Amino acid sequence: MEIKKGIGVSPGVVISTAVVLDAEDLLIPRRSVPPEQAPAEIERLTAAITQANEDLARLRDRVTAEVGKEIGAIFDFHLGVLRDQSVIKQIRHEITTNSVTAEYATSVVMRKYANTLLQLNDKYLSDRVKDVYDIEKRLLRLLIGQKHEDLLHLSRDVVVIAHDLLPSQTAALNRQHVKGFATDVGGRTSHTAIVARAMGIPAVVGLGNITSEVSGGDTVIIDGARGVVIVNPDREQLEEHQEAGRKFDLMETELRQDAPLPAQTRDGHQVSLLANIEFPEDIDDSLLFGGEGIGLYRTEFLYLASEHEPSEEEHYSAYADALRRLEGRPLVIRTLDLGADKYTQAKAQNPERNPFLGDRSIRMCLHDIPMFKRQLRAIMRASTLGDVRVMFPMICTLLELRQAKMVLNDVMEELEDEGINFRRDIPVGMMVEVPSAALMAGQFAKEVNFFSIGTNDLIQYTLAVDRTNEKVAGLFCPAHPSVLALVRDVIRAGRRNGISVSICGEMAGDPLYTLLLLGLELNIFSMNAPDLPEVKKIIRSTTMEHARLVARRVMSFESERQVMHFLREETRKIIPEVF
Amino acid sequence: MQFVDVANQFSSRVTVYKGGDEPAEADGKSVMQMIILAATEGTPLKIEAEGDDAQQAVDKLAELVEDKFGEE
Repeated sequence: MEIKKGIGVSPGVVISTAVVLDAEDLLIPRRSVPPEQAPAEIERLTAAITQANEDLARLRDRVTAEVGKEIGAIFDFHLGVLRDQSVIKQIRHEITTNSVTAEYATSVVMRKYANTLLQLNDKYLSDRVKDVYDIEKRLLRLLIGQKHEDLLHLSRDVVVIAHDLLPSQTAALNRQHVKGFATDVGGRTSHTAIVARAMGIPAVVGLGNITSEVSGGDTVIIDGARGVVIVNPDREQLEEHQEAGRKFDLMETELRQDAPLPAQTRDGHQVSLLANIEFPEDIDDSLLFGGEGIGLYRTEFLYLASEHEPSEEEHYSAYADALRRLEGRPLVIRTLDLGADKYTQAKAQNPERNPFLGDRSIRMCLHDIPMFKRQLRAIMRASTLGDVRVMFPMICTLLELRQAKMVLNDVMEELEDEGINFRRDIPVGMMVEVPSAALMAGQFAKEVNFFSIGTNDLIQYTLAVDRTNEKVAGLFCPAHPSVLALVRDVIRAGRRNGISVSICGEMAGDPLYTLLLLGLELNIFSMNAPDLPEVKKIIRSTTMEHARLVARRVMSFESERQVMHFLREETRKIIPEVF
Repeated sequence: MQFVDVANQFSSRVTVYKGGDEPAEADGKSVMQMIILAATEGTPLKIEAEGDDAQQAVDKLAELVEDKFGEE
């Protein structure tokens, strides 16, 4: 029974079985198991060895048949080691004596052998080191592979424990059965946090070394509001948390009942509440929670969830699906915003030294027009199926914006030549997330139909903070006066030029900032579905007069602390239970 | 490898001792131990077996080594 404290980034309480994601590195973190579990680990080891034997024997036979006996004999050493009783005994001994997992024991023992061989003064023998590593990898893949299989083909509810969660991993998760996350690293705005909130499941990050404290199969409690994870809880803790979970669910149900009510202040001012999604399926929850449409469709997951770049048809099919679910409500599609995350860096020929400021997002698209056009064609074709709007991310210069619009125009010409229908007057907007665009919002506003302020990245660039770096994540704060000034100015520039302005960053869904944003005359809020009820509640409980007063006060403050403290106080006055 | 395969055919325990500068011993049935023994050409070896078929084991294994594993 272990209590670990981290950063709670998505509220709720879940009690479930743990599935632990190991990185596919060769270095397996030391993971302890309770002594009673040693026999189970030995069983896993035996199963893996048996399988490895079968696989290798089959491989050897095939190679011998196809190429010859001498070549087939290469595998004899591998088979010999896998059948070597003294080796197997060593690994078993490691498991039982030190209470570790089968993969850790395998790794430890094989490396010990590898080291011994390296010391020998014989070339033939030290060459065998490669073989030893090979055998280690083969066994580890079988042992860990068991778990990777499990993650995609879950048949029961689990919580996922990992060092960190990559976009590619969350894209491939079974959303029905994953009920919570806990990671070693991360902060409030890391990827894990964003996905957990979007899925409406509890998550705690920044736990330090949760992956070495939990083994697959452990019972785990994740309390996302308090930022606590309990491994193998005792009966008392179980009961306490089940109760907390019940209360939380009740509160959620109540909030959901208000979903059909309009997002209107008490003095009759109406705003739009939209949702952010990654997959068309998310739309169902978005509507359930009271969203009036989709303010941000992050299309990256089309690229992340598969090995190849999505074809035009795959794009089209996703957009058509989304529009069908929306039944006429608006859908804002953001073009590919990928590049500066581990997924594409790992695959890059020449990894960039500073990917966040590098060839990503719209820049990448403008460097690869055929790829860009594939997505744009699909968007334009889908424009006849519903209220589609297209938005370009990370625009930093007017030239870039104009180039992107030109490519879009080209696509329209091509489609016209091909006799394919589309909406020529599709609204075209841009994300305002780079400080240069925010500072020149007045000029940009003349060339688009709408703005969407991407506060997550805007804050990162303005404060020069990497929101996923726990060491500095504390500096990342929407309440920073400089950020607020930019937001205010962008909204103003939009109004002056008669275009609509929304905020689709996390700030829009954070109840702490609702009063302020209302008071700054923001009319469109787009957020993760689970955040909708609370934001709507605040809007319905206040007046524009009050919100404007709050905003005026806030804009006079000098520090984030002042801002947040004041906002907390003011919000509590109208909704006491919100914090 | 051949040595180990042959050794594994017998039920007796087989131990191989290496003389020379760095004396060592190994379980004749373990591939890993045998290669770590690092007995390269010319190293004097003592083969010892214990069990029901001990004599056959030693005979067979000695023959194997003397035939130079059929490699010449």
